[in-house]
Amino acid sequence: MIVLSVESSCDETSVSLIRDGKEVLSNVVLSQIDIHKEYGGVVPEIASREHIKGVTMVFEEALRNAKIDKKDIDLVAVTKGPGLIGSLLIGVNAAKAFAYANDIQIVGVHHIAGHIYANALTKDLVFPLICLVVSGGHTELILMKEHYNFIKLGETMDDAVGEAYDKVARTIGLGYPGGPLVDKLAATGKPSYHMPDISMGDTFDFSFSGIKSHVINLVHNINQRNEVLNVPDLCTSFQEAVTEVLVSKSIRAINEFDAKMFMIAGGVAANKGLRKKIAERITNVEVVVPEFKYCTDNAAMIGIAGYYQFQKDQKVDDMKLNGSSRLNLI
Amino acid sequence: MYKEIIIKDILEMKKFAQNIGKYVFPGFLLCLEGDLGAGKTTFTKFLGAEMGITDMINSPTFTILKVYEAKLPLFHMDVYRLSGIGMDYDLEEFIYGDGVCVVEWYQNIIESLPQEKLEIKMEIINETERLLKIEGVGKYEEIIEKINN
Repeated sequence: MIVLSVESSCDETSVSLIRDGKEVLSNVVLSQIDIHKEYGGVVPEIASREHIKGVTMVFEEALRNAKIDKKDIDLVAVTKGPGLIGSLLIGVNAAKAFAYANDIQIVGVHHIAGHIYANALTKDLVFPLICLVVSGGHTELILMKEHYNFIKLGETMDDAVGEAYDKVARTIGLGYPGGPLVDKLAATGKPSYHMPDISMGDTFDFSFSGIKSHVINLVHNINQRNEVLNVPDLCTSFQEAVTEVLVSKSIRAINEFDAKMFMIAGGVAANKGLRKKIAERITNVEVVVPEFKYCTDNAAMIGIAGYYQFQKDQKVDDMKLNGSSRLNLI
Repeated sequence: MYKEIIIKDILEMKKFAQNIGKYVFPGFLLCLEGDLGAGKTTFTKFLGAEMGITDMINSPTFTILKVYEAKLPLFHMDVYRLSGIGMDYDLEEFIYGDGVCVVEWYQNIIESLPQEKLEIKMEIINETERLLKIEGVGKYEEIIEKINN
């Protein structure tokens, strides 16, 4: 079965062709990162316009690289959300037009299902499994008992973990996106600053707003007293508290649901402090981390997710398929 | 119409948001300004709960807009990242839509916003207390008059 997939939820226009949910025939990603850099982040309207400019070219290149004929495509899969609404609509409409013109069935896929399934390129999934989804927009702990069955155990009640990193970076003047810089500095400091308890008791939910406010107050007080802030130490203290809560809740979920596999997904999966702590602490089950090139947004992961989504119940969407800025996975 | 209210703690913030929730209507536009940690998203969670939204309302910073379906849908925006841009066509569909639109850091898209809107500036007094500066014209004046926490 050959799936053509489309991803355009943020600032990457991507089209991929996948055989049998496993073999990547092509995965073309057109990134707008240089265009948005000068604004300190993705600008929705500019992103939409860039997607429009690039989408036809990306389709053509993906088809050319895969060396297959349009008539051999069995399914079109497209990210329907969550994401920037204008950006999503470009991908959804391009996918619908392609499906309609070539008389191919279409499915709308959840962006996070894509990030989770990016791991299936590295390892065959073994169930039950626990997946920690961590990105700029998401922090969720997911239980999967079989393919394409997602049970949300917990999620963030306020800021996503990547966002908390960016906001802390902003507070100490590291610039945008500051998350990776905090991670880098954290490797050089000591956890000398006191951080509040963010364990939230027995729930699998997370909260990063309290620790964010704590860091802001701390920096503010230090500045008012004309003291010198030890930036690496602050980064280490913050990162230690955050990764501790992520990993300890993951371990609790693994034990409680007798998981055979643990995976991480999303952009923060690239965080070195988190990877290190996972490697040290989660040793009783197989741990899967996505290949770096599939950590960031790409259509290949949507193609794999779309393949398994279709395998599960053969359900397809019609031409009314729409994009949605916020969408529940389950 | 202009009013200042002091909020002593999170419970008072909840009461304040519930109060506002009583007066929302299709096309209601609420603009929030305040430093990181001032309570913009916290306020919106309470407002959403009052509007009957049961899904988790969390920060929209990353996707800029999150839509919550309810009897009156909630359009929750955080346009912090649009600093220095002034407007966004993609968002105007929601700003002028038939839901309740909450815009955090609204000064960043001021050109996309109409004259008639409810503005709340949240100032941090200390770790729990906030000073709210509430301002509005047109149909929002009546609402401000009624709000007393």
